[in-house]
Amino acid sequence: MGERILMCGNEALSEAAIIAGLDAYFGYPITPQNEISAYMSRRMPEEGKVFVQSESELAAINMVFGASATGKRSMTTSSSPGISLMQEGISYLAGAELPAVVVNVMRGGPGLGNISPSQGDYFQATRGGGHGDYRTIVLAPSSVQELADFMPLAFDLADIYRMTVLILADGILGQMMEPVVLDKKPKPPLPAKDWALTGAKQRPQNIVRSLWLKDGALEDLNYKLQEKYQQVQKNETRCEQYMVDDADVVIVAYGIVARIAISAINKARQEGIWAGLIRPITLWPFPTEQISKAAEELRIFLVVEMSCGQMVDDVNLAIAGKAPVVFHGRPGGGVPSADEILEKIRQLTVRKK
Amino acid sequence: MKTVFKRTSSLKDTQTHYCPGCGHGLAHRLLAEAIDELGIHDRTIGIAPVGCAVLAYNYLDVDMIEVAHGRAPAVATGMKRTNPDKIIFSYQGDGDLAAIGTAEIIHAAHRAEQITVIFINNAVFGMTGGQMAPTTLLGQVTATTPQGRQSNGQGFPLQISELLAILPGAIYVERCSVYNPVQIRNAKKAIKHAFELQLNGAKGLSLVEVLSPCPVYWHMSPAKSMEWIEKEMTKVFPLGKLKDIA
Repeated sequence: MGERILMCGNEALSEAAIIAGLDAYFGYPITPQNEISAYMSRRMPEEGKVFVQSESELAAINMVFGASATGKRSMTTSSSPGISLMQEGISYLAGAELPAVVVNVMRGGPGLGNISPSQGDYFQATRGGGHGDYRTIVLAPSSVQELADFMPLAFDLADIYRMTVLILADGILGQMMEPVVLDKKPKPPLPAKDWALTGAKQRPQNIVRSLWLKDGALEDLNYKLQEKYQQVQKNETRCEQYMVDDADVVIVAYGIVARIAISAINKARQEGIWAGLIRPITLWPFPTEQISKAAEELRIFLVVEMSCGQMVDDVNLAIAGKAPVVFHGRPGGGVPSADEILEKIRQLTVRKK
Repeated sequence: MKTVFKRTSSLKDTQTHYCPGCGHGLAHRLLAEAIDELGIHDRTIGIAPVGCAVLAYNYLDVDMIEVAHGRAPAVATGMKRTNPDKIIFSYQGDGDLAAIGTAEIIHAAHRAEQITVIFINNAVFGMTGGQMAPTTLLGQVTATTPQGRQSNGQGFPLQISELLAILPGAIYVERCSVYNPVQIRNAKKAIKHAFELQLNGAKGLSLVEVLSPCPVYWHMSPAKSMEWIEKEMTKVFPLGKLKDIA
């Protein structure tokens, strides 16, 4: 095992991406993720790899599009307003079936919003985000270690499924420092990139495109994409459960909010309240089955988000009326405290140990 | 029997979707000839725009990508930076390059990206039905300038090649046309030169603007369109080398 070092989330994910074989980083400055481009601008040239500060987020995602089309591992990072600009490119990546890794260190919105942490981009991240009928895999880390661990995973998933993998972090995760171990992990077997544009040398021309004008061709492409997305749902749904088995109140939270929720749950348990946590790690595909199964017992679900309620829709779809669902959220840079969540748990409690 | 003329191998043996008298066919051929004569077919990657030439990959037989409207220079940047041994070109129209993609072309030139840009200027948006482009001439009637383009409110024709030529990162900028055989030969020479610069590792962007006819949306015959380029378009967009550091 590698040594434990103290790093902020933004730097940890950067180094993890380099270890995962990143060929090129493209990005445009925006707070609260500027540590990434500062780190990359130093480290990528040291590794003989590419760093470009683009003229906009539009350009950054299209640079990723170009590098990815040639079979290289590339990524971009930004924060909410910048991710909005990238949606055009992410839609084209989906249409052209190109792998890409995008990190969103979310800040408060809408509009220019503020630079405080937020989870307000859940809808955008999990519903495709741009135009057309597509999905991106969305990974939601809740610690600096997970931010680092999800980088190689993101690149592998992107290559396996030829789609965009979005890491949905927030301003707290990006900025906070925690001990982290950066290990080079063996890559899983990955499909050959025989579709890549490398020059038509002793093979027919390769074309990367998303325009399908022939009658029925685009419909066929969409069915093919949906088949792929079903495979992703089957194989890649990830979630963590914490003391759910005997819980009367099950919190559903992701990212940094799940960490805060665990503090609240531990305090609640000291008070004799049976509380537990389901933490979706993939926001798309969403752990619908796991939540649905948990709703078969008599219990209340408390969804906590740093937004006015976005993931709560997916929780309701999963539970489908089988159990009560209560929401608590803080938008626009507000962060729920452990005591605040504990108070909510208390309000929902009908019996104690 | 001696062959005096044949299809060049980087051009596919197929019909195009271009309208009668359109200039894209000529430009495609010149481009393909330049690629074949330089022997770079198997290391060239082309970028098709959004516009009439979006299907260029159906006619040009090299590895190609189709990209979002105007973003070709950014895509080219991603490709060239990660593949410095490859020859990267974008093929863009005036809507693509001079309207929606203005930021991308200026900044690719500004960063001195070692790419080649073929810029087809036909003074209208062709694919969407002949609307005003930034390059539309004053007084020119289009689908969105029914009274003819007026500078007051619709702006003057945008001379983007002149704009680009002042950037240190643009190392070669030339405006050509295809309105007669002499101009076609000049355009071929320019396109080949632009590729040669990239091939030789010259440190910057090379761009060839081609004034090209759009008879359908100019509401003229193909022959009249060629005349219009020579008589009217070249007044606003003078032909010649705007810059060549070689």
